[in-house]
Amino acid sequence: AAKVEKTECDSIALFLCRCRPPDVVVFPRCVEEVSALAKVCHKHRLPIIPFGTGTGLEGGVGAMKGGVCFSLRNMEQVLDLHPEDFDVTVEPGVTRKTLNAYLRDTGLWFPIDPGADASLCGMAATSASGTNAVRYGTMRENVINLEVVLADGSVVHTAGKGRRPRKTSAGYNLTNLFVGSEGTLGIITKTTLRLYGIPEAMVSAVCSFPSVQAAVDSTVQTLQAGVPIARIEFLDDVMIDACNRFSSLSYPVTPTLFLEFHGSEQSLEEQVKTAEDITQSNGGSDFQWARDTETRNRLWKARHDAWYAALALRPGCKAYSTDVCVPLSRLPQIIVETKEDLIENRLTGPIAGHVGDGNFHCLMVVDPNDPEEMHRVHLFTERLARRALAMDGTCTGEHGVGLGKRALLCEEMGPVGIQVMQSLKDALDPNNLMNPGKILQREEP
Amino acid sequence: MSGRVLVGVKRVIDYAVKIRVKPDNTGVVTDGVKHSMNPFCEIAVEEAVKLKEKKLIKEVVAVSCGPQQSQETIRTALAMGADRGIHVDVSGKDYENLGPLQVSKILAALAKQEDAQLILLGKQAIDDDCNQTGQMTAALLDWPQGTFASEVSLEGDKINLVREIDGGLEHIKINTPAVITADLRLNTPRYATLPNIMKAKKKKIVTVKPADLGVDVTSRLEVLKVEEPPQRQAGRV
Repeated sequence: AAKVEKTECDSIALFLCRCRPPDVVVFPRCVEEVSALAKVCHKHRLPIIPFGTGTGLEGGVGAMKGGVCFSLRNMEQVLDLHPEDFDVTVEPGVTRKTLNAYLRDTGLWFPIDPGADASLCGMAATSASGTNAVRYGTMRENVINLEVVLADGSVVHTAGKGRRPRKTSAGYNLTNLFVGSEGTLGIITKTTLRLYGIPEAMVSAVCSFPSVQAAVDSTVQTLQAGVPIARIEFLDDVMIDACNRFSSLSYPVTPTLFLEFHGSEQSLEEQVKTAEDITQSNGGSDFQWARDTETRNRLWKARHDAWYAALALRPGCKAYSTDVCVPLSRLPQIIVETKEDLIENRLTGPIAGHVGDGNFHCLMVVDPNDPEEMHRVHLFTERLARRALAMDGTCTGEHGVGLGKRALLCEEMGPVGIQVMQSLKDALDPNNLMNPGKILQREEP
Repeated sequence: MSGRVLVGVKRVIDYAVKIRVKPDNTGVVTDGVKHSMNPFCEIAVEEAVKLKEKKLIKEVVAVSCGPQQSQETIRTALAMGADRGIHVDVSGKDYENLGPLQVSKILAALAKQEDAQLILLGKQAIDDDCNQTGQMTAALLDWPQGTFASEVSLEGDKINLVREIDGGLEHIKINTPAVITADLRLNTPRYATLPNIMKAKKKKIVTVKPADLGVDVTSRLEVLKVEEPPQRQAGRV
């Protein structure tokens, strides 16, 4: 049975400061080369660390035991686009922005947009999500097939080679086994993705609220009203202030919701009206909305730059993003309690969240040279994760487990759940070569 | 005034593609390579469609010179809001040697045939970077030209234009009919959405040959050789 072990790697201090480079980096150009290289590593029991864009937020590419990093950036083809079937297959070097630029003439797009311009195969590996998961889902719902190289070099197509039906009930769901496996079960060398029509029209709106409760209540009620809202982002007063300064905006410094609606011109009118009525009934004010591209882009740039805006609050500091997710009904309580915790412990942690999913991030801005502050942050993040777990939630909504949340995963899943995960890992990678030290903790001999 | 705008759209290798020179140095590899509408032409189409949406002009006609595949580029313009298309069929060796001089003769002939009030073009194409077609077209028609436009507004039968030039921004006022070439900051082109792509399939594209317009596309230029730029050498401090 896997034991819960507190290793030094769980410490946020080390996580933030220590770089863990591999011993060797290889740049395979095709799946045959990936397979051949994996066979070499397998023969010599060398750790294998897959690398897409290296933009993950939980230390996923750190080579904890050294080994061979497989940088997949030279495999950068968009293969097999089928516009009528709404699917496309891409290699690991293709990022989400590159794909959407490629697709722009077809009227299709891939909506999942984590902050970074990440590798799509890497996004599959971490089960990434973005600001519009509330409407379009996360990688889990949008990966149809994967080509994966296993630890021994064998190549598997999780839904069968070249297959891309919109749904299937054929056998075990291997595709979703690998989605979110963070490189611990295999190297993803192709992903077949579900595409969507570019929205006919978009409207963005902003609304200020007197309290966190009011903002979150509005979110819940908007969803309950059946509005197919595309994005609903929460920024607390600290975050709004940071964004104002960084992006030269002038929003009232108070809990704020950023909303975005997709649809036809007629449906947009109805959606916006319903949402506006709800926000007003919850004490919302300054409801502004924008239809034109330039203003909407400016609005969302502020949200996507939140990381840098938070960092700019305390130059010289580093930032770490928490990432918990709870059922919607528990969201007001957890945000309120978390803000109280931040104030009580004198921590800088502006909050930005995909509240439509019950998911929010505290961007902890911390001085890496102040061990006492680092320790306070570390304890805060553990309390936050446990708060979420106590509310039927998860310790990670989108960033993954990586290094820092292995112990929390054990609490979340319980011993039997962890045992099942460990059994799968042992079956696919008995020598623990695939990205060792991530997701699951292992008893060291 | 006819209220008709001609917009030139060129099919070029997509901006994101890594260009490779053919082994025989006669040109770049185009087979199997992704092509799309020249980005400056997208901006020109967007401006024309905006003018129509503001009801300042009545009809947007998208024109492309090239082989059969140029029709795809015209379809994209139609999906963005152009009303109809004219495909000037040029293929084979003629297409390989097609340059601004021949295209400007074609556009001038079409402008007369279609009684155009305005010709909107991208300032240059990203494959040859010539930046000549708009200027030559204006000269052939003896029309005023507003090139590198970053702002366009119609005022009666005149056009107010802001041009991005080396020294800064130049404000000019020109008469119509005129030729305008679009620069980067003129607007942000819209995406073609699926419903609009479907609607565009029903819009008409007419195919003509240069000879029908009285234009000889024989080139007076010969490409001798195409080479990659020299490899960057390491520097020394």
